[in-house]
Amino acid sequence: MAILVDSETRLLVQGLGRDGSFQASRTLAYGTNMVAAVHPGRNGQKFENNVPFFSQVADAVDQTGANTGIIFVPAPFAMDAIIEQVDAGLELVVCITEGVPVIDMVKVMAYIKDKPTRLIGSNCPGVLSPGYKAKVGIIPSNIVKPGNVGVVSRSGTLTYEAIAQLVQHGMGQSTCVGIGGDPVHGTTFTDVLELFEADKETEAIVLIGEIGGTREQLAADYIKKHINKPVVAAIAGQSAPAGKRMGHAGAIITGKAAMASEKIKTLAEAGVHIAESPALIGAKMKEVLG
Amino acid sequence: MNIHEYQAKEIFEKFGVPTPNSGVASTAEEAIEIADRIGGRVVVKAQVHAGGRGKAGGVKLVESSKEAGQLTEELIGTHLVTNQTGPTGVPIEKVMIAETLDIKDELYLSIVIDGDLGAPVVMASSEGGMDIEEVAATTPEKIFRVIADPLIGLSPYHARDLAIALEVPSESIRATTKLIIDLYKVFIENDCSLVEVNPLVVTKDNAIVALDAKINLEDDALFRHPELANLIDPNQLDPLEQRAYKSDLAYVKLSGGRVGCMVNGAGLAMATMDITKNAGADPANFLDIGGSANQERIEEAFKIIVDDTDVEIVLVNLFAGIARSDVVAAGIVAAAAETAAKMPLVVSMRGTNAKEGIEILTDSDLDITVVTDLAGAADVLQQKLLELERSN
Repeated sequence: MAILVDSETRLLVQGLGRDGSFQASRTLAYGTNMVAAVHPGRNGQKFENNVPFFSQVADAVDQTGANTGIIFVPAPFAMDAIIEQVDAGLELVVCITEGVPVIDMVKVMAYIKDKPTRLIGSNCPGVLSPGYKAKVGIIPSNIVKPGNVGVVSRSGTLTYEAIAQLVQHGMGQSTCVGIGGDPVHGTTFTDVLELFEADKETEAIVLIGEIGGTREQLAADYIKKHINKPVVAAIAGQSAPAGKRMGHAGAIITGKAAMASEKIKTLAEAGVHIAESPALIGAKMKEVLG
Repeated sequence: MNIHEYQAKEIFEKFGVPTPNSGVASTAEEAIEIADRIGGRVVVKAQVHAGGRGKAGGVKLVESSKEAGQLTEELIGTHLVTNQTGPTGVPIEKVMIAETLDIKDELYLSIVIDGDLGAPVVMASSEGGMDIEEVAATTPEKIFRVIADPLIGLSPYHARDLAIALEVPSESIRATTKLIIDLYKVFIENDCSLVEVNPLVVTKDNAIVALDAKINLEDDALFRHPELANLIDPNQLDPLEQRAYKSDLAYVKLSGGRVGCMVNGAGLAMATMDITKNAGADPANFLDIGGSANQERIEEAFKIIVDDTDVEIVLVNLFAGIARSDVVAAGIVAAAAETAAKMPLVVSMRGTNAKEGIEILTDSDLDITVVTDLAGAADVLQQKLLELERSN
């Protein structure tokens, strides 16, 4: 089981520049079932002597049965790549690209609203299910361990931190999902929580939020109503001042609800176990699971 | 990216939004010339990237062009400290000289993207000239919102709905509708993250005029607008932030802190600031070195941190995925040698080439304490801060 990516995943990669190629090589080396690479003009060649290149996503999907896409293309071309993958009918599209203009993501979200494709990102570390050697993103595979804790986060490296803490306390992960740090993004906390609740391999959930927006409050509301599995949450940015962008475009305090303290309060009221410090995520989960 | 009011006003005018007659001056002579042209009685407005100008004395009404010249002379070259700036304020290098209008009513209008709705939102209020956060808190019923369809845009009826909700005079509804549509075009066509007019005024003869103009441009979309990217005024940034901007580093100076933080990734950087605070000290900065920084950028990042006179101790927290720990370590050692910084460093390095990175640091003559994780960092930081206090 796990969620989003597993042994059924047939991955297509788009955007094989310097960083994209490096990450795609690691993804392949980890054991992910990569079936197609897309780069206009390289039709007929093979990536790493193994994965066939195609010039068009639709052609690649037709010929390889790819069901999942990952995007590494530079920000100015990310919207186009997402739409090309959605139009080709991929079930899951993960956009790693950082710095995509907000209005582009607004348009993308409006475009895919009634389409069957699920989008994760932009500006995210992607998804990894350790038990299935399925990695669609840039989460380092040497830090994860198969297990039963689901991880969902708005951050990249703080997700790695949480994974490392879980492993340190002897707990592995069913699936790790980075939903991204942009204010407008595809799959939300709530979407991932729903998937984790339904997943037999997931026994508990770690949720890592941060300042900005009100998605954590929506997650709290959803947890209260629909989630029976224990949830541990940490919110980054308790020490951040209002009005300043803390790196992530989405991480800016604009009004009371966007503050870390408000998010923590709402999550705690929904029965979520709060890790008082981002250093205590693993310890808190250990305590909760006994 | 912030731009000045006079720059935003020029963009407004290009899109047909009515604004007061005005000019920009950086000397008394220029101010007098503009005021003479406008008619003597004018408003002098300091051009700085900060709100709260009025209360801080940066916006004043004068009765003659001579007074406009005198005030300009007084303002230029000084720093304006408002409730939104740090204690040193922001430099005044230009002032706007604008005509005064006979105002009947003051309104408020802004456009932003609501991330949670995933759509542009136009917000208007009958309470212009006030702090909109306060209006939202005390009289939320006086704020009206319409959501634009991302693919269709703002429908004229949306703009009309707002004009009617604002209760502008009947004969001004058409002009108000047009102004709202034109501002929406400003927002979309320039990839803004904020367009704000506060106040938007109704004059005695029922004209609708944008008395103020505020535009924030979205950094991530500047590649589409090279002409707008040129509008940046680096002098309005904190000097350390200015250096970070030039090196493409995500850095925010935080006032009052003494722990310099150097981290990869925005979320981890915020978490590192939080554990610093939990350890009993305030972070001096937010800094995300990003994933693919080369040694040169790492060096500059470290120098920016230690050149901050508030910093007494540096916390390095690296969880290298794309980044390489050895490159970061080499950068720190090289930068420390140049700056002769003797302050203690608490370092956590994990991920790609972490072992090599730590070796480079421990082989150097820097005052380094290596910790294995975030919890360890918090403990050592606490201990080091105590030592610092004792030695002081």
